[in-house]
Amino acid sequence: MEFSSILFYVFSFFFIVSSIMMITSRNTAKAALFLILTFFSAASLWLLLEAEFLAITLILIYVGAVMVLFMFVIKMLDTDKSTLRAQFTRYLPLGIFVSIIVIAQMVLVLNAGQFDLAMTGVPEKHDASYSNITAIAEQLYTLYVYPFELAAILLLIAIIAAITLVHRNESRSKKQNISEQINVQAKDRMRMASIKPKSAKESK
Amino acid sequence: MMNFNFNVAELIFALPELFLLFAISLILLFDLFVSQRLKQFTYYLTQLALLITGFLAFNLIGENATIFSGTFVLDSLGSTFKVFILGFAIIALVYTRHYLKAHDLLRNEYFILAMMSILGMMVMVSGHSLLTLYLGLEIMSLSLYALIATARDRASAIEAALKYFVLGAIASGLLLYGMSMIYGISGSLDIAQISSFASASTLGSQQTLILNFGLVFLVIGIAFKLGAVPFHMWVPDVYQGSPTSVTMFLSTVPKIAAIALLIRLLIDGLGDLQHYWADLFMILAVLSIAIGSLVALTQTNIKRMLAYSTISHIGFVLLGFVTGVVDGYGAAVFYVLAYILMSLAAFGSIIVLNRKGFEADQISDFQGLSKHSPWFALIMLVVMLSMAGVPPFIGFYSKLFILQQVVAQGYVILAIAAVIFAVISAYYYLQIIKTMYFDDVDKEILVSAPLDMKVVLSINGILILVVGLMPSFWMELSVSLF
Repeated sequence: MEFSSILFYVFSFFFIVSSIMMITSRNTAKAALFLILTFFSAASLWLLLEAEFLAITLILIYVGAVMVLFMFVIKMLDTDKSTLRAQFTRYLPLGIFVSIIVIAQMVLVLNAGQFDLAMTGVPEKHDASYSNITAIAEQLYTLYVYPFELAAILLLIAIIAAITLVHRNESRSKKQNISEQINVQAKDRMRMASIKPKSAKESK
Repeated sequence: MMNFNFNVAELIFALPELFLLFAISLILLFDLFVSQRLKQFTYYLTQLALLITGFLAFNLIGENATIFSGTFVLDSLGSTFKVFILGFAIIALVYTRHYLKAHDLLRNEYFILAMMSILGMMVMVSGHSLLTLYLGLEIMSLSLYALIATARDRASAIEAALKYFVLGAIASGLLLYGMSMIYGISGSLDIAQISSFASASTLGSQQTLILNFGLVFLVIGIAFKLGAVPFHMWVPDVYQGSPTSVTMFLSTVPKIAAIALLIRLLIDGLGDLQHYWADLFMILAVLSIAIGSLVALTQTNIKRMLAYSTISHIGFVLLGFVTGVVDGYGAAVFYVLAYILMSLAAFGSIIVLNRKGFEADQISDFQGLSKHSPWFALIMLVVMLSMAGVPPFIGFYSKLFILQQVVAQGYVILAIAAVIFAVISAYYYLQIIKTMYFDDVDKEILVSAPLDMKVVLSINGILILVVGLMPSFWMELSVSLF
C-alpha cells in the first residue's frame, strides 16, 4: 500500500469517528470540539487531493473563526440537555425509517456507475510547483466573475439585513448634549420636597 | 488559461442589473449621510431607480445575447419579465409606503431590501447557469426574509420570518441537491449544455435515472417557491403573519421570478424530459387547485384567505406547463401576470383601509365599505369577480386560455376538475362582495390613504377591466416569448 493510501485511511477513520462522536456526545462543548476534529480531518483529506488552498481555508475559516464563535455561544447559552433529548426515542423509529429511505436512494443513484473514475477520468497529478490558488483565481475571476459578484451582493444583503434587524433607534445610545448641559437651571437639578417624619407608631 | 474572452461592450446587455445595483449602493449611502429631514426622499429615489431600470430593460427587448461566459442570457422572455417585475414592484411600493406610515414601520432599509430582492429576481430571470439561477434565488429570498422581520416588534412577523427562513433554506437545499445531481451527470452548469446533454440520443438508462433523480428535486424546489401543494404549508402562515405590505410583495413579484426559474431549468434545460415533469406538475396542479379552493372557504382572515387563493391560482399556472406546448406555456405566463395584477389590487384594497392604529386584516373589516367608500368597494368588487373568473375581467380570460390549452392537449378530466374547483372558489370571492355591499354595520370606515395610493389603486383596478377587454393581444405577447 502506498503511503498516501495509508494516510487516506487514517484521516478517513478520524473523520468518521469524530463525526459520530459529535452527534452522540452528550456534552455540547465536547461535540463542538469533535466537530473541529472532523473539519481538520476533512482538511487533511483535501490536502491529499492536492486542494491545498481549500484545506487551508477550511481550517482558517471554520476552525479558526466559526467554531470559536460556536464555542462562545455554547458557553453563553445554558442549554438544558434533558429537554433536547426528551423526544429522542419517540422520534427514533421515524428517523430510522427516513434514514433507510435516503440511504437506499443514494445507493441506487450512486451505484448506477455514472460517477466512477471510468466516467470522469482520473485527475492528473501535479508537481509541487503547481499553484492551487492561481488555478482557482483564474477560474473565479474570469469564467465565474458574474456569480462571484453575485455572491458578494449576497453578503452585502446579509450585512444590511443583520444591521436592520438588530439596530434600534439612536435614542438608546448615550451621548452628551452640551447645550442642554450648559443651559441647565438650578431648579432642574434640585427638587425641594417636604416629607413628613414618620410617627413612631408607624415605624414599628 | 481557458477560452475566455471578454468584451466590455457586452456589459450593455446587463445594463438594467448594473444600473440597479449602482443605484442601490448610492441610495444606501444617501440614506446614511443625509439629515433626518431629507430621509423621506429615499422612497422617491427608490421609485426613480426602479423606473429607470424598467426603462433600460424595456429598451433591451428584442436583443438576444449570452454574456459573462454563458452565465447570463438576455432574450425577449428575460427582458419582458424584467419590465413586468419592475412595473409591478413600483405599484407595490406605492401601497407599501402608506401601510408602513400608518403603522410606524417606515424605515428606509425596507426600500433598500426590496430593491435588493428585485435585483435577485432580475438575476434569476436572466440566469443561464445553475450557479446564477441559485444565487439569484438566494439574493431574492434572503431579502424577503429580512423584509418580513423588519416589523420586529410583532411576534407574528418574527414567527413568519423564521418559518419562511427555515423552510426556504430546506427548499434551497433540495434544489441544490437536484442541481448537484444534474451537474454531476451532465458535467456542466450551463443550461444550454445541460439541454444538449439531456437531448442526446446516446443517453443510457442509468444516466436517465440520475437525470430524473435530480429533476424531482428541482421540481420540489420550484414547487416550494411557488407555494404549490404539497409544499404549501408555509404560505398561509407566512402570508398571515407578515406585515400586509410584505405579504403583498411576497405574493406578487417573486412569482414571476419563480416562473422564470421554472422556464430556465425545466423548459430551457430539461425540456426533453417534459413528459416526466409534466406528470409531477399534474399532481401538483390538481392538489393545489383543490386544497386552495376548499380550505379558503372557512377563513375569516382575509390575508389567509388570499394565501389559499394564491395556492389555487398557482395550480392553474402549473396546468399551463402540463400541456407541454408553446401556447400552453404562453397561457401560463399570461395567467401569472394577470394574477399578479389582481393580487396587487386585492392587497391594495386591504392596505387602503389601514390607518393609524388600525390594522385591517379580517374579512369583516370590509363590512359596509360600499356605503362609506363606494369607489374602493367597486375596485374590490372588480378584483373579486376577476379572481373568481367572471367575464369580462382579466381573470376570466386567463382561466379560459389555460383551459383551452389543457383541453386541446387532451386532458379533459383535468380541465373538468379545475372548473369544478373554480366554481367552488367563487363562493369565498362572492362572500367578500356580500360583506361589502349587504352587511350593515354602524362603524365608520375611514379611507385616509394619500392621493398617490388612491390614484394608483384606481388605475390598477381599471387595468383589470381594460386588459380584460383586449386579452388576445396580451396572450399573443405571452406566447411570443417562447
